[in-house]
Amino acid sequence: MWRIVHQFGSPPWVYRFCDRVIPWLLPLTVVALLVGSAWGLLFAPTDYKQGDSYRIIYIHVPASVVALAGYYVMASAGLVSLVWRVKLADTAMRAAAPIGAAYTAIALVTGAIWGKPTWGAWWVWDARITSMLILFFLYVGVMALFEAYENKTIAARACAILSLVGTVNIPIIYKSVDWWYSLHQPASIKFTGSSAIDTSMLYPLLGMIVTFYVLFALLMMLNIKQSLTQEYAHSAWLHKRLND
Amino acid sequence: MHPKRKQRLIIALVIVLLSSLTVGLTSYALRGNINLFYSPSEVAAGEAPTDRSIRVGGMVVEGSVTRARDKLETRFIVTDFASSVTVTYDGILPDLFAEGEGVVATGILGANGVVTASEVLAKHDENYMPPEVADALEKAQAQGAPQP
Repeated sequence: MWRIVHQFGSPPWVYRFCDRVIPWLLPLTVVALLVGSAWGLLFAPTDYKQGDSYRIIYIHVPASVVALAGYYVMASAGLVSLVWRVKLADTAMRAAAPIGAAYTAIALVTGAIWGKPTWGAWWVWDARITSMLILFFLYVGVMALFEAYENKTIAARACAILSLVGTVNIPIIYKSVDWWYSLHQPASIKFTGSSAIDTSMLYPLLGMIVTFYVLFALLMMLNIKQSLTQEYAHSAWLHKRLND
Repeated sequence: MHPKRKQRLIIALVIVLLSSLTVGLTSYALRGNINLFYSPSEVAAGEAPTDRSIRVGGMVVEGSVTRARDKLETRFIVTDFASSVTVTYDGILPDLFAEGEGVVATGILGANGVVTASEVLAKHDENYMPPEVADALEKAQAQGAPQP
């Protein structure tokens, strides 16, 4: 088992892994996105109260869920980089930040678009929305902090500490609607008991959530591959790999 | 585990623990400010300030909405099923505003206990279903079946 773990610390092995997985994961993700969007936007029934405007849920909820989960990916990579000093963990941490920031931005923008017709306001400073904005700043902060240092080893260490501290925010975002009075409604999908969303609307939503996870993984691999190409531009193994 | 790595792991965990503690205590101390609105019970207990704008949130009581004939002014009662507060609002209400639905009103709490709102937001609940299902539920409820 340790051999598999150690392989993920080896740049040539990871590069080859990405090279092999991306060609079939990319078309799969595109198809899943098209099918999921069509299912949610065209075939799922309208809502009894909101009509068609609820359909933004098929982008908003998957983006939000993966924005939260992606933060744990970034922070775990930070922890590995901090404790075990694995260089590839730095690369993974840096790869996750812009993707997470994009997902969070999508969640905030789609939320605002839905909020206007539903609540009557684009933006409200309630606990859920504010903590989500903080998540966006954390992702952007990690990206900016890395660029702030000349020495990339120290930069990665600083980013790892920032991302670890930021993990505090994730349970706050998740539980904000239960802990405080907020305008944002509580979760519709429940892990225990029956969900507050009809199954005909729930299945396309779950499909989209899975698709957004796969898309996150795909973008991670593309980012990591690109970073490795840059970092090891003068390495023999990369030249050999590219010339094959 | 290598002692040096073990030490670094402990430091990392302590960082996370201490920052959680800081954020936890801060948000506990500021819990009144993090809440977006006051509940009608808090207003009734005199916890809401009267010198500045506040938000009151709750359910619009069935049958409590009255509209003025010659202007936009609307009057309704917001409840949390323990206490209730009367709100007046002179403006256009959001589409999802309805009796029996959640609402958050921003305004000044007058001496007479009435909130003169400058903004009313509809608070949507977490229930999503097709119209047919909603109809069926309503029918079942009318026939005295227990709620799901």
